[in-house]
Amino acid sequence: MHHKTIAELAACLRRGEFTSTDLTRRYLARIECLDPHLNSYISVDPEGALAAAGRADVRLGRGEGGPLTGIPIAHKDIFCTQGIKTSCGSRMLDSFIAPYNATVVERLEQAGALVLGKTNMDEFAMGSSNETSFYGPVRNPWDVRRVPGGSSGGSAAAVAARLCAAATGTDTGGSIRQPASFCGVTGIKPTYGRVSRYGMIAYGSSLDQGGVIARTAEDCALILQAMAGFDPRDSTSVERPVPDYSAGLDTDIVGLCIGVPEEWLGTGLDPGVSAVVTAALTRFEAMGARVEQIRLPHSPLCVAGYYVIAMSEASSNLARYDGVRFGHRCRDPADLTDLYRRSRAEGFGTEVKRRIMIGTYALSAGYYDAYYLKAQKIRRLIADDFRRAFEQVDVIMGPVAPTPAFPLGAKIDDPVRMYLGDIYTLSLNLAGLPGMSIPAGFSADLPVGLQLIGDYWDETRLLAIAHQWQQTTDWHRTAPDFEP
Amino acid sequence: MLLDRTDVEKIAQLARLAVSDPEKEGYAVDLSKILDLVEQMNGVNTDRVTPLAHPLDMVQRLRPDEPTEPDQRDLFQRIAPAIKEGLYLVPKVIE
Repeated sequence: MHHKTIAELAACLRRGEFTSTDLTRRYLARIECLDPHLNSYISVDPEGALAAAGRADVRLGRGEGGPLTGIPIAHKDIFCTQGIKTSCGSRMLDSFIAPYNATVVERLEQAGALVLGKTNMDEFAMGSSNETSFYGPVRNPWDVRRVPGGSSGGSAAAVAARLCAAATGTDTGGSIRQPASFCGVTGIKPTYGRVSRYGMIAYGSSLDQGGVIARTAEDCALILQAMAGFDPRDSTSVERPVPDYSAGLDTDIVGLCIGVPEEWLGTGLDPGVSAVVTAALTRFEAMGARVEQIRLPHSPLCVAGYYVIAMSEASSNLARYDGVRFGHRCRDPADLTDLYRRSRAEGFGTEVKRRIMIGTYALSAGYYDAYYLKAQKIRRLIADDFRRAFEQVDVIMGPVAPTPAFPLGAKIDDPVRMYLGDIYTLSLNLAGLPGMSIPAGFSADLPVGLQLIGDYWDETRLLAIAHQWQQTTDWHRTAPDFEP
Repeated sequence: MLLDRTDVEKIAQLARLAVSDPEKEGYAVDLSKILDLVEQMNGVNTDRVTPLAHPLDMVQRLRPDEPTEPDQRDLFQRIAPAIKEGLYLVPKVIE
């Protein structure tokens, strides 16, 4: 039963083929047996999950509930959960139990989904390999010597290994799409402002957006439906009706105009990934779409612009970890400054400290114009490139990452090399646009995702394109034969 | 190299991060490399470009000035490292 999609599981639960309690026990047993080899969960909550499953079974027995009632999911450990630790992958929050639930957590609970646990992630979502986690790296279920991607690496690995039906993620610079690509699963990062950031621990506030990692576009639509929508508790949440994503899935793609940025298929792209992307575009043409070359001339600058903005916002957001109100506190501080400096030095890992320091530098007197203001101007140029492109095409497609999953340890000591791997995902966060990664093939036995980028608020179209693709391909059905 | 040990010390002080002597050299190298990467931005003339601070054109929402949150001090202080009589404890600030 763990191979079934949410849509299939919901039908089985409704027909009474098995109960939510059976299903939850199955996932918990798989987590207990398999996760020690993957490390995709930071916390597992068997009691809470089984209690919620019991309540779901009562509702299902009465014929009540919706499409997510009794479906076991996991939350990235960046979403605050009342009663289960929320660590954000950091020693700083190793003992932090949030006094409230994130809006995303609350909404999915109201929709009937139950929580198996919290998934591993790069510390404070700062990383592209899940190796910066205080709780150790996650391993890729397709090859345990390789990374699952990051920062939502635990969510992607858990979905790929069938350790939950779906998982939430967040995407500041590719943190849903890149791990989805590396683990052969489907991920969607919605338009900035679509999903509430309330209770989602902040990294780069003008870039962060919550989303979903699941096995199919159909499942992403079900989960996103429950998560999305206006929230008065998030001042950047947008007051705009949420369309019925599932109802839009059957939209035909005949006549669809696909733009392919010429800057993205050149040097630096792994030949195996390039072959998968090219084959996918040919297939879309056979399905009735038209492919056009477009230009995003400023997109190569996205790495420089993104890292200045993200690190600046991070240095400001992470100033709240001061050892006073919550989080790690050093022993025997000599004075207040010592308390701040040592609590933060002990609580944060190396990559987080690097980013705080660069951000602090970029915002400091005398450097602000050269770095932060310059990066905001680059951001405008990148967003304008997309605006022009969407006057010409309906959707943009390209690679998610330059390579498939790389070996553990390959880049962790070279931050700049790690950052350059985000070249195809960052520009969309700078513009605030929605994007997806869908399984599109393999390169040397490793899954490769295809990136879809939509215009603002065009999640319905992205999900429909992904769903139509998944009606004629079976990459999303291919599971890693991971058994320890 | 753009930054040296002294720069690292200054930045760490601004960021309230304790950095040990042996770590300083490593940070100087890493941070300099990151700033080298960022230099790419200077390849583009942006004199007439308006900075984009936020991806969406939106104005800050306003609401009536009425209290919406109840007092939850006890709940929030339960996760604090050190409290006494409803106050957060820190090392002595004034002698």
